[in-house]
Formats: sequence, C-alpha cells, structure tokens
Amino acid sequence: MKFDNAFKIKKFKLLIKSRELEYRLMSMVKSGDGFFWIGGPGEEIFNAALGMHVHVGEGLHYDYVHLHYRHAATLLAMGHSMIDSVRLMRNTSTDPYSGGRSFSGHYAHKATNVMPVTSPVGTQFVVAPGTALAQKRVGSKGISIVTCGEASTAEPDFASGLLWASRPGQELPLLIIVINNRMGISTETKKVQNLKHISDRAKAFGITTSVINGNDPEKAYYGLGQAFNYVRKYKKPFCLEAQVNRLYGHSSASGAARDQNEADPLEIFEKKLVDEGVLTTSEIKAIRKTYQDEGLQALNQVRKEPMPEAKSIYDHVYAPSPVDVVYGKRFFNPNSNEGDI
Amino acid sequence: MATVAQSLRMALHYAETHLGVQDIYGEDVGAPLGGVFGCTQGLDKAWNSPLDERGILGTAMGLAMAGQKPIAEVQFVDYIFNTIDLLKLAGNSNWLTVGQFPMQMVLMTPTGSGIHGSPYHSHSFEAWAARLAGWKVVMPSNAINAYGLLLAAVEDPNPVLYLVPKALMRTESETLLPGEPGKRELRDAIDAPLGDRSEWKPKWPAIDPFYTPIGQAEVVRSGYDMTLVSFGRMLPICKQVADELADEEYDIEVIDLLSIFPYDWKTISQSIQKTGKVMFVNEDTDVVNFTEHLLRKTIDEHFYELLARPVLMGGEPIPGIGLAEELENASVPQFNQIKDKARRLLREN
Repeated sequence: MKFDNAFKIKKFKLLIKSRELEYRLMSMVKSGDGFFWIGGPGEEIFNAALGMHVHVGEGLHYDYVHLHYRHAATLLAMGHSMIDSVRLMRNTSTDPYSGGRSFSGHYAHKATNVMPVTSPVGTQFVVAPGTALAQKRVGSKGISIVTCGEASTAEPDFASGLLWASRPGQELPLLIIVINNRMGISTETKKVQNLKHISDRAKAFGITTSVINGNDPEKAYYGLGQAFNYVRKYKKPFCLEAQVNRLYGHSSASGAARDQNEADPLEIFEKKLVDEGVLTTSEIKAIRKTYQDEGLQALNQVRKEPMPEAKSIYDHVYAPSPVDVVYGKRFFNPNSNEGDI
Repeated sequence: MATVAQSLRMALHYAETHLGVQDIYGEDVGAPLGGVFGCTQGLDKAWNSPLDERGILGTAMGLAMAGQKPIAEVQFVDYIFNTIDLLKLAGNSNWLTVGQFPMQMVLMTPTGSGIHGSPYHSHSFEAWAARLAGWKVVMPSNAINAYGLLLAAVEDPNPVLYLVPKALMRTESETLLPGEPGKRELRDAIDAPLGDRSEWKPKWPAIDPFYTPIGQAEVVRSGYDMTLVSFGRMLPICKQVADELADEEYDIEVIDLLSIFPYDWKTISQSIQKTGKVMFVNEDTDVVNFTEHLLRKTIDEHFYELLARPVLMGGEPIPGIGLAEELENASVPQFNQIKDKARRLLREN
C-alpha cells in the first residue's frame, strides 16, 4: 500500500503543522507563556496517522480515545485547532480542555470523545475497558483506543487493561497501542523490561498483535488501518506496538534539548518528497511558514485572552445534583461563613 | 422489616429497572453468590468481574464517561487502598475538565468492624474518603436510609462512595419500606436459597422509590442537654446510649450524619447552639478522624456558646483491628464507654 501524491502532501502538511505546534509550545515555556511542556516531537508520523483513523464525534457511536500526553498531532488530525493547544499551554480561562487547570498535552474534550489525559501514567488502561464495554453493549461501530508510552507498560494497569479487554466471551472492541520510544524519562526500557516486544505480553491474553515502524508514514498509516479494521470488524482487542523516535527528551523539565542521536522522521519524509518530486524545497518552506505564522498568531491572540479568576477554583468541583441539598445548585465552600458563594 | 442487605438489594433492583443502571459488578457480585453479604442476589444487571480493584474502579470510570450509571463494588473497603490514585482521578474529573466529564457512578463497599473480621475486613475509610474532593461519601445506619441513600447515590451526577457498615448488614429496620411485604414474605421472595440456585428467580415486591437526600443529616432523637453526632454502625449504639441516659433524666439529641461529605453542618450547628454540648462518635481511628473537622468547626463557630469542651470518641490509632474479641472491643468505641463518656460530658459545667 502506497500513498498517492495528494495524500502525501496532505499528510506532510499535517506533520509540519504538528511539529510547528510543538515548537511553539516549547518556546512558550522559555518565553514565560507557560510553565511546563510535554509533547511528542518525533512521534508525529504515527500520532497524526492515529488521529486520521479515528471516527470523530461525541458519544457511544464514535471512537473514544484514551491518550497519554504526547498526542498534539493526533488532536490536530482529529480536527482540533492549534490555538486551543496554545490556550492549554498558557492556562487561559479559554482553554477548552481544562480551563487553565492542567498541563500541556493533558487534553480532555467531550465533543470529540477525547477522554481526560492523566499525569499518572497507565491509568487509561483500566478506564478504557469501560467505554469499550458500553460501546459493545449497544452494538456500536465505534471502538475505544488507548495509548501509552512503552515505559508505562510496567504499571500493573497495562496488564489489567489486557485482562479486562480479553475476558472469554466478553472481548472488548479496544485498540491497545504502545508507542515505543525506548525511553522512560531517562531510563532505557531495555534495561528494565526483558522483552523483545512489549506487545508480546498481549499474546498471553490471546490478543492479536503487530509491531510497526511508526516513523514510516505509509507503514504507520496502513498498520494502524489494519488494527482499526480488526477491532471494528471482530469487536475484539488488538495490541499494536509502534516504534518511534523521541527528539526532545521527556519534557521541558529535562531541558527539551534536541537529542542528536535520534533521527528526525519528518526530515526523512521531507527529503523523500523532494527526491520524488512531490514537493519542492520552496513549497515546503512555504508550508512551514504557514504554520509558523499560525502558531505565532495563536500566541498573540491567546496573550490577550483572560486568565482564570481566583474565585473560579470552586467551579465544577461538583456537578449540580438533584438529590443533594448542599450541592444542588452550585459549589458551596464548607469553610466559608458566607454560605453559597 | 427488611435487613440492610435486603434493602440494598431492593434498591439495586429499582435502579436496574427504573434508573437506567446496566452494570452492578465486582468480585462475586453476580450469580451464583450475589455478593459476599448477599446484597446483589437475583439482580439482572449483576455480573462478576476479575479480582482486580483497579480494573473495577477504572472500568466504572470509563462506563461513567460513556454516559452509563455503573454501580461497582469493592468487596471490602480494606481492599480499596490500591485504587487511591484512581479515586483521586474520578474525583477531579469534573473539575479538571471544567464540567465536561462528571463521573456519575456509585462505588459500594462494606466498611468498619463488628464482625470479627481481622485487620483486613474491619477497616474504616471515611477519613481517607473525605479528603477525596469531588467524591460524595455516604453511610447508612439502617435499612430505611440504606435504601434511600442508594437511590440518591445512583441519581447523583457525581461519584458517590457508598460505605455500608458490614456489622449492620443483617439488622432489620423498625419500619417497613413503602410497599414492603412482611418479613417472612420478603425473605421467601428475594433471598436466594442455600445450595443450588441455578433455577431460582426472585419475586421482587413493588417497593416505592424514595430518596434520602445527600448532605442532609437526620435528627433521630431530639434533646436539649447534649448533641451526639454519629453515623453508620455507631449510630444505633449512640441512640441506645441516649435512650438509657434518659432514665437518668438526661435529654440527648442524636444526629445521624448519613452523609460524611457533604456534611450537614446546619443541622449540627443548630443543635450545638441549642444544647451547648457536643460529642462525636465513630469507629474510624482518631488520628486523623473525619469528625475532627467537625470538632474544629464547632470551636471556630461556637466556642463562646459551648457549656463544656467538645468531645470526639473514635477508634484507637493502631494499624488494624485485632481478631480476638478482646482486641476488637478494645479498638473501637463500645456501648459502655460511650455511655460513660456521654455521662461525664453531661455532668460538666
């Protein structure tokens, strides 16, 4: 399976947009427009392909995505905007994911079935069977997708997810994805897990698996396509492991410096497009500038947007309840003598 | 005259037939056992999960995110500790996503001592639970409010931790649930037989729904000399203490908290203003005990109205409840201790 030229260009634009978004977010930490960056430069080829396969929408009949914190490219591929990731980074009240409460990369978006991303790694593996179970019950065409970095598969929740997805006769439509960049912050995975492939663990649960080169645009896209098709068709789990590169370390906490030992898959793809005559260097330069400008304009816009008000800390602690005499209408600060605030 | 276990079963049946609940699950919750205390016998939506508390809670979170109303069970609250980060995530979901993902789910679990359960079947959890902002925490004290609180928990759009005092599971209510048949008829209708249950089907009585509001305490005995605040297993003991001390001409007001969080401060506060004396009693360890918070609020708001120092009576600050009867009794407040302490407080001026 090969991309045609139009699809190559579409994919390339999405990848450059994703990379420029990552650069914009990283620079915001240095310019004081954000506190902490964590993301996925180097993983865009796989992560964007993932987003392109997601059946995007709200509710049981669309795909639920339970992601970890390196998926800006996935969200862009799902139709999210650059500016909303910038809002998340700058912690503005206009941040649609958390209203200024959470880190970059920690998305949550009900309208597109993006389940809340958590900092404690691996917890998504015990949550995802719940959405998959609800989908299976209604005979939905939607599936649930759960991703993680390979280091977090050491958490027991990974095994729990495999177990709950594969109960005999009650198998769940759950696509389990391990994105393997070979490093957990500063610890090499090969020194703490004695496995050739992480996905081999799924075989013990009777789950079909595959291992793909996530740095190759065509192998990533079509490998994911096969996995999606399997889960949609058979309503059973599938475990896919994608091998990727990590270009800027774990996060801004480790400096977010370019790791020169890691090749940049986008540069390789870019060179291939030029060599094949699909795009010229000047066209690529123009594409890049388009998204650089979009990122800068987003930042300039977001800098004008309001930060959360201090008094908003009590908002949404509880959803209004018809059966609660204290939190029936809105949050009540139990330590306040002023009653309902 | 339903027992707490029967009452919970009927509430769960109402929830699965009228409130849209499709999952009542946990370890041994489905057939053939129907729960280690029999609370889930005969339910259509009850199913057995893997023996995996993190999977049980996590799956409930996923079901809730997908718009379901799961009721999950951790078999004993002693086994909930390995889910503590998931409890935090479930509690912060609505807040952290600015209202996008409320977590409508009930997590049921038996709590407390009183059945000679050893260190791993006797724990209390309410002090830990009360710190889990975003969760509501309720604990019934009899079969009537067990029913009403459970229906309220199911209908609340937030995660509710439903702590069931295991020592009260077999205690009977003093009154009938609305629509409840007699004791024998109820037992014959909904209690699974011993032995082979493969052909057994319950005959559910038509119990009318009623809700015990979350965040609302109940004054179970009015009085003017002292306020006695308790909940769960200790509540009927405190009520008995108050009844006996009435023979000594002491008039004690007993408040059943019912909701640990949110708590009904208004009812407590009004009672303290009336009596000038307050004693909090529960079986959780007294370092750190949830009612210390209520005691602190008592001092903050009513210091100059108090006629005597406020008192807290909790469990001993030890790692567990020992199995031997002497050890268990020495670990949590006992009737005579509560009565003596209440009498001393009543005599203080």
